[in-house]
Amino acid sequence: MTVTDKLEEADQKRLKIRKKVVDRWRALKPWQRWLFVAAGVFVLYALPDNRFPASFIRTDFSEGGASWSGVLFLCAVYALVAIGLNVVIGLAGLLDLGYVGFFAIGAYSVALFGSLDSPVVKALQAKFNLGSEWAVAWAICIPIAIAFTMLSGVLLGWPTLRLRGDYLAIVTMGFGEIIRIIARNSDFTNATLGINNIPGPEGPASMDNVIFRVIDPTPWYWMALTVVLLLVVAVRRLEHSRVGRAWAAVREDEDAAAIMGVHGFRFKLWAFAIGAALGGMSGVLFASRQGYIDPSNFSLVLSITFVAMVVIGGSGNMMGVALGAVLLTYLPERFRDFIDWRPFMVGVALVVVMVLKPTGLIPSRRRARELRDRAEEAEAVNV
Amino acid sequence: MNFDALFSQLGQHTIDGLSKGAIYALVALGYTLVYGVLRLINFAHSEVFMVGTFAVLGAWTVMGANAEDGLGMVLVYVAVALVVAALASGGVALAVERIAYRPLRKKNAPSLVFLITAIGVSTVLMETFGYVLDRGFSAFAPGTWNGFGRPFGRVIAGMPTVVQNKTVLDLGIFTISNRQLIVILGAVAMMLALDLFINRTRLGRGVRAVAQDPDTAALMGVNKDRVIMLIFVLGGAMAGGAAVLYGLKLGNTVFDVGFLIGIKAFTAAVLGGIGNLRGALLGGLLLGVIEVYGATLTKSSWEDVWAFGVLVIVLMFRPTGLLGESLGRARA
Repeated sequence: MTVTDKLEEADQKRLKIRKKVVDRWRALKPWQRWLFVAAGVFVLYALPDNRFPASFIRTDFSEGGASWSGVLFLCAVYALVAIGLNVVIGLAGLLDLGYVGFFAIGAYSVALFGSLDSPVVKALQAKFNLGSEWAVAWAICIPIAIAFTMLSGVLLGWPTLRLRGDYLAIVTMGFGEIIRIIARNSDFTNATLGINNIPGPEGPASMDNVIFRVIDPTPWYWMALTVVLLLVVAVRRLEHSRVGRAWAAVREDEDAAAIMGVHGFRFKLWAFAIGAALGGMSGVLFASRQGYIDPSNFSLVLSITFVAMVVIGGSGNMMGVALGAVLLTYLPERFRDFIDWRPFMVGVALVVVMVLKPTGLIPSRRRARELRDRAEEAEAVNV
Repeated sequence: MNFDALFSQLGQHTIDGLSKGAIYALVALGYTLVYGVLRLINFAHSEVFMVGTFAVLGAWTVMGANAEDGLGMVLVYVAVALVVAALASGGVALAVERIAYRPLRKKNAPSLVFLITAIGVSTVLMETFGYVLDRGFSAFAPGTWNGFGRPFGRVIAGMPTVVQNKTVLDLGIFTISNRQLIVILGAVAMMLALDLFINRTRLGRGVRAVAQDPDTAALMGVNKDRVIMLIFVLGGAMAGGAAVLYGLKLGNTVFDVGFLIGIKAFTAAVLGGIGNLRGALLGGLLLGVIEVYGATLTKSSWEDVWAFGVLVIVLMFRPTGLLGESLGRARA
């Protein structure tokens, strides 16, 4: 047990430091806080720049590394995934193991409607005599994707949300697999071949693009970061609204919430739909930047990695889950030599974090209190 | 929908489905036992099965098993594989309980935490066989380990053939091969043994008591922790048995072999009523048959969709499964 004791000790130290930082932050005046936030946002936007100090954090400082702003873009996309999944797992307390299904639906929506190569676009061209250059514009693909993902979230949630927690996990996992199997075996998704020429804001990748060029992904990163920041604010507002309070109530005690007049099922369905929409949005970003997707992009391992991001970061806390997503995306790219170890390390990290610190790296205060209550109940029973 | 293909060969498809479902049923027992006592879905059980298949691979390779060796030797191979796989799987299941679940149980963690820990454990086990033992290990110490002398891990590894596939029974409407016969009979025999153990022995009574009411059982002098260890070992041993049958029938394994079988077995357990031993048998056989029928009706690549679809429908209309859940109360 000595190893675990030492880890616990280190954790206590970390908590003390954290408390000091938090106290200092609380003592600041509002305008000072805003200044800090603005500086933080500026740093985020400046990260891909060559003049940015601390070049050791870059992934491409040595030969053969991944493009640094490409990695940053991926971090932003997965942070958005984690924030969406956090709505489902962290706020509403529903374990969704098939989140990759929504990610895939978002990605396939933009691919099927926006790409000239997609069978759907070709069928529409033939049906309505639209000419071979017609496809749905990228900006219109986004609401289509969001509508499809929200719809699929509701369709999945409607029959399954009445199930107990662990059954729900299995059924959602099945959903993720079914989406992948459908994409792999259907003609309208080009089966295993996947879909090429997925458009971005300026249409499909080409040399004529002014901003979203093929070589430098920095504008992609800026766009994804902007989307993430906007949606973080939106989700934060949601969390502190009536809906957010209802989620907390349902999560902590569904029966008590029902007695107080909170319609649990309806709010759970909302959580599913909103979480799904965020997942779909990240899928759109992912597919547009890739320009090419096939069913193997959406494996179950990815789904489990998404859950790991949320749980390791600290489910319920948006900073936490974003940190979890960034760590799990960035670390394997930075330490490329160990990339084959990634799933193994993710597994070990999941077990260690769960056993030692079930609330994650940056826990949400409210979730931490819930867990402490349960532990005290256990002690009372086991005396 | 290809109804012709289904109904012209209905008997044959049923036999194929039963031999497929028998393995699901054995793995499903592990989920059912643990769920019946702890109300916990042991997600890592699929990897317990996977470890069993590698134990079988190891045992047969080391013994140089060969289908030409005559019936006596084949029986020896199967018996040794059974022991080795049961020990390996039971041991892994026990280790998972001690390392991952026990600390959480002491903290009365919510079931979500258990589930995520289990996912972590199964990832670790999967990667241990898919990467660490295969390439990761040889990167540290080259030449010390050659993976039973054949490639294994990420790629599908073939096992030595122990039973040559041949038809032993031809009834016109269907034929049964010797492999299918062994799988179905073996699975049923193991299920019967477990059923007798739980319902007729002293230890089995302890298991039922803890499943019914842990606190009262503790007052009556049943050691709860020991019962929990016992069910993990029993479930693991059954998964080991399933691994031997799987090895006989399909003769290969890969690091993520457990994943789909685990999901299917869980589906089978839920279908029959999780926590109910006979429900696991019924659910497993039924699921195997449904899958084969579904694959014949559409395409074989859609069989997983059928399995998941059936799971969702069953959960919607009969959340406690066909025979109802409960290990403790059910006499059946």
